[in-house]
Amino acid sequence: MALPMTPSIPTVSPILGRFTIEALPLHEPIVVATFVAVALGGAALLGALTWFKLWGYLWKEWFTTVDHKRIGIMYMILGIVMLLRGFSDAIMMRAQQAMAFNGSEGYLNAHHYDQVFTAHGVIMIFFVAMPIVTGLMNYVVPLQIGARDVSFPFLNNFSFWMTGAGAAIVMMSLFVGEFAQTGWLAMPPLSGIGASPGVGVDYYIWSLQIAGIGTLLSGVNLIATIVKMRAPGMSMMKMPIFCWTALCTNILIVAAFPVLTAVLALLSLDRYADTAFFTNTLGGNPMMYVNLIWIWGHPEVYILILPMFGVFSEVVSTFSGKRLFGYTSMVYATLVITVLAYLVWLHHFFTMGSGASVNSFFGITTMIISIPTGAKIFNWLFTMYRGRVRFELPMMWSVAFMITFTLGGMTGVLLAVPPADFVLHNSLFLVAHFHNVIIGGVLFGAFAAINYWWPKAFGFKLNQFWGKVSFWFWVIGFYFAFMPLYVLGLMGVTRRLRTFDDPSLQIWFIIAGFGAFLVAIGIGAMLMQFYVSIRDREQLRDPTGDPWNGRTLEWSTSSPPPDYNFAFTPVIHDNDAWWDMKARGYQRPVNGYADIHMPSNTGTGMILGGLSVAFGVAMIWYVWWLAALAFVGILAVAIGHTFNYKRDFHIPATEVTAIEDARTARLVGAAA
Amino acid sequence: MTAPVVPLDRDQFHLAEEPHHPEGSSTMLGFWLYLMSDCLIFAMLFATYGVLGTSYAGGPGPKELFELPLVAVNTAMLLFSSITYGFAMLSMTEGRRGATQGWLAVTALFGLAFIGIELYEFTHLIMEGAGPQRSAFLSSFFTLVGTHGLHVTFGLIWLVVLMVQVQMKGLIPANRRRLMCLSLFWHFLDVVWIGVFTFVYLMGMLR
Amino acid sequence: MRAALRSRPAHTALHVIPALATLTLLGGCDMVVMNPMGDVALQQRNLVIFATVLMLTIVIPVIALVGIFAWKYRAGNKEARYEPDWDHSTQLELLIWAAPLLIVICLGAVTWTGAHLLDPYRPIGRIAKGRPVPADAKPLEVQVVALDWKWLFIYPEYGFATVNQLAAPVDRPIEFRLTSSSVMNAFYVPTLAGMIYAMPTMETKLHAVINRPGNYAGFSSNYSGAGFSQMRFRFYGMTDAGFTAWVARNQASATPLTRANYLTLEKPTVNAPVMRFGRVAPGLFHAIVNHCVIAGSVCMSSMMKMDAADPSAMADEKGRATPIGPRPQSPLTSTDAGGPPPANPAAIPQRGPSSPDAQHIPAKRPL
Repeated sequence: MALPMTPSIPTVSPILGRFTIEALPLHEPIVVATFVAVALGGAALLGALTWFKLWGYLWKEWFTTVDHKRIGIMYMILGIVMLLRGFSDAIMMRAQQAMAFNGSEGYLNAHHYDQVFTAHGVIMIFFVAMPIVTGLMNYVVPLQIGARDVSFPFLNNFSFWMTGAGAAIVMMSLFVGEFAQTGWLAMPPLSGIGASPGVGVDYYIWSLQIAGIGTLLSGVNLIATIVKMRAPGMSMMKMPIFCWTALCTNILIVAAFPVLTAVLALLSLDRYADTAFFTNTLGGNPMMYVNLIWIWGHPEVYILILPMFGVFSEVVSTFSGKRLFGYTSMVYATLVITVLAYLVWLHHFFTMGSGASVNSFFGITTMIISIPTGAKIFNWLFTMYRGRVRFELPMMWSVAFMITFTLGGMTGVLLAVPPADFVLHNSLFLVAHFHNVIIGGVLFGAFAAINYWWPKAFGFKLNQFWGKVSFWFWVIGFYFAFMPLYVLGLMGVTRRLRTFDDPSLQIWFIIAGFGAFLVAIGIGAMLMQFYVSIRDREQLRDPTGDPWNGRTLEWSTSSPPPDYNFAFTPVIHDNDAWWDMKARGYQRPVNGYADIHMPSNTGTGMILGGLSVAFGVAMIWYVWWLAALAFVGILAVAIGHTFNYKRDFHIPATEVTAIEDARTARLVGAAA
Repeated sequence: MTAPVVPLDRDQFHLAEEPHHPEGSSTMLGFWLYLMSDCLIFAMLFATYGVLGTSYAGGPGPKELFELPLVAVNTAMLLFSSITYGFAMLSMTEGRRGATQGWLAVTALFGLAFIGIELYEFTHLIMEGAGPQRSAFLSSFFTLVGTHGLHVTFGLIWLVVLMVQVQMKGLIPANRRRLMCLSLFWHFLDVVWIGVFTFVYLMGMLR
Repeated sequence: MRAALRSRPAHTALHVIPALATLTLLGGCDMVVMNPMGDVALQQRNLVIFATVLMLTIVIPVIALVGIFAWKYRAGNKEARYEPDWDHSTQLELLIWAAPLLIVICLGAVTWTGAHLLDPYRPIGRIAKGRPVPADAKPLEVQVVALDWKWLFIYPEYGFATVNQLAAPVDRPIEFRLTSSSVMNAFYVPTLAGMIYAMPTMETKLHAVINRPGNYAGFSSNYSGAGFSQMRFRFYGMTDAGFTAWVARNQASATPLTRANYLTLEKPTVNAPVMRFGRVAPGLFHAIVNHCVIAGSVCMSSMMKMDAADPSAMADEKGRATPIGPRPQSPLTSTDAGGPPPANPAAIPQRGPSSPDAQHIPAKRPL
């Protein structure tokens, strides 16, 4: 029997569970310094909110809101804040790997470094990419389909707070206890109670489980919204392409996240109840975890990238001033990718000894996905062809994406060839590949989307200068950071290493570190861009609501849109509905408004999110009484919420008239 | 789907009359989607049982452990509860509050009986030393059957809450919609149980 | 410099970003994956190059077109044609679906044959290009155990074991059988052959050959915990004489690898030095795979037979020292990897989705 597998659970106090003062990482100066910085920053923020008396405003207008637009914005803020955290982890890794040569241990010990790369992966996927994707879909989809809100507005608020609760738990692990030291998928037996007896893996499990509930429900919500709430005349084949990709993404979410929930539940049973699912002993099977987690994990990749394909479709078509080339084939390509996403998971472990035929099958299905993806690239290419391409920021990001993503796609197909994967699996070549597609695809897409829809969300454009600075630093920084990793992969360097003994590798890590530094400037420039734009918002103001000469419905309403989105529900005749309306001399009606039926705000979502944090933390630290209390609390609040039958109100016609008249005045002002 | 009529007039950009999305018009679709995701969780647990169901680790197997007559009685409880829930829904469509409440109560009793028998079975197994820690087979057995039992328990809590709400507000549209959702949930659990009964118990005895 | 020349096609992709990949810098580093010394790794490298070149035939035009279209159809260029409603062309659609499809068909065919010919479970058919394995060649068997955080290599043919040092004579086929003591690791000697996982309670296989003497790096390529970074070993390709001397040196070690010694060795350590054990307890590898090194524990293989009500269940439990009985083959697996390789890849028997030891267990278990 393997000795490290014997569980060694420290004593558990009935009051504090396994929490002791040693759980605070007081001996790690880096963590202490970070904590002090975060605490001071946090205190300053809270102080400012109190000083400017913003609590009531935040609570009434934001925390309890059921407006899809505000929820979307809150998701984006969460994603960007967590991007800063995830990126700090990246900088720490780059610094460690650039230093730890010639016998140097670098500046991070194994315990710390192993948490850093695990947290980096978990945060970037679950708490950066997912909130940004969900936030975009939340903001844009109802506007594009001409709806007033999503199907289940309360559920939407609740989903957001569950995602936030998950993020809060991850952040807490930085200062109380530790995070997992297992890699972002927490493969057993390493993540079992024997090899990882601490709280790290439990932090991992509960943050993902709680955030996962939010993700799943928001998936259900958006599918129902797209299927049920489209404006009259908008048949499926007249939907904007972003809505199609959002639909497919949410189908993937609903069909993939339960798998993650189930597999993490089994892992927690192994850890908490001493069962034998993934153990080395008593008939357990660790391979099953590998299979199950990748059955979720591969569709997850497409959950992230599909909406961005939608973003690029909208952006390229808008800024080329031209209909999207091959709308129908774009839709079918998206559907094919959705289905194939479930047929490729085994390519993540060709090297675990499946047979040659099994490997070939999954290798070839993986390559087949590149066909619809390639078709999409060509479609964007031919959308630019015979267009009038305006190189505004969103378009710049799109062109950078097309080049970067094509390279990343190529290395991806290379890794799908099993014998090639045998020499490149788990290497830095692989790390370079997935950053190439995730940064080049998902993040570039997110930045294109932010620059594209920001004027819609806030009524003023983003500053161009800082936007361009950010763009160039990001793109060049990306190539500096990741091209050396391809080279290192070919030099046979594997991932997640903390120290090195071959000095000839160092120069490449230093170049990669320099790239990360450039990206840091890119991120700084982006924050600067937000700051400068908010400061100069009056000069950047867009009174028309249609700053880019847009094509889809969201550009037909004001910027920012009123709570009710559209004073009159639009009727759709074409898939570029707004373009079509403009082309045929649409006149905006200026009277005849009626009462508008809207959902009411509620604090239940935030309360449930808070109780979930308490429950998660109690489970992590074995504080059973608190877990029980929080669980009962969650049930009671949820049940209590169902006793509230009055969940909606009407915006009176007079108020609608006032809002619309103000817009009429702005439009007249802009035209004059 | 969304609009009752698609207007043919190419130059009409707004409906003359506002389309009315009745409150909760997407609820049934949304609940179905949720049920499908739940179904996937069960699919994973079935798959896990499929993989680990013969790994007894030298411990007891289904033949030594399962008592088919008891499980048959349990199955009957759940099937009856589904029938009585059906009666409750029939009463609901006829608008008879009292009968609806009565049938719901009967459903709850059958549900309680099901949970009671399952708990008895579980304690019995654990007392025999065949708890979920004994082998991968027992881990996956307890998890699959226990997850189903947990769902039934939540269904019961929901049922009681709904009875209170029907008592307070009557068979108003919101309550009818909720009863419909619980109905879907309850029958869904019934279908899952038939899978459990066949796949775990019957096939276990044949092994 | 040779490294750079040989690997040219692979980093043509890099040249697209001229700011980065300066040839001189690349020439200065040893791209071992592009310049391996073992025939298996060499064939894998050839596939990498072939696939890359094949894909570049479409990737380069696409990237070029992005640049050309972006420039030609820029808003400032009023000369260019502007057709705002042009959004469909059947010929173009056909082309953009067919071109990637053709490449995938071609790559798929190569994948299928490559995956079968280079299946790590399949004994190698050649020592190098144009040099088939001699009929009388007996492969060198090495049993590899990934421990926390070091590598144990057992040479059953010679009866010794080493830690963190591996050697093989040049041009002799090697058959690795791998497992792990506690968590997942991957065994990787880039110059020799692609990696394969070493996993607890499972056995995997790898066939390879080294073609040139030398001192090469080997390591775990799957993160396995705190000591992972130091989980490295050296792999020596040796002449026959050198190997004989090395074997003798190891056999001369007075320390035996008894079961008790193994249990001590198995405890987690970081940066373990090279160790040599002159003798090895019989059946140790089988016991490690089956989690029964500790006296009195029941081997998993026996447990599985008990589960399947096989009367021979405890047969190999009696002495505990019986040399290798029926062995689990691979994680997913069963019956391949033995005997001479069939000429036609399609004729290679495939591992099915059954459990380890499947061939020894009555076939009537449902699912």
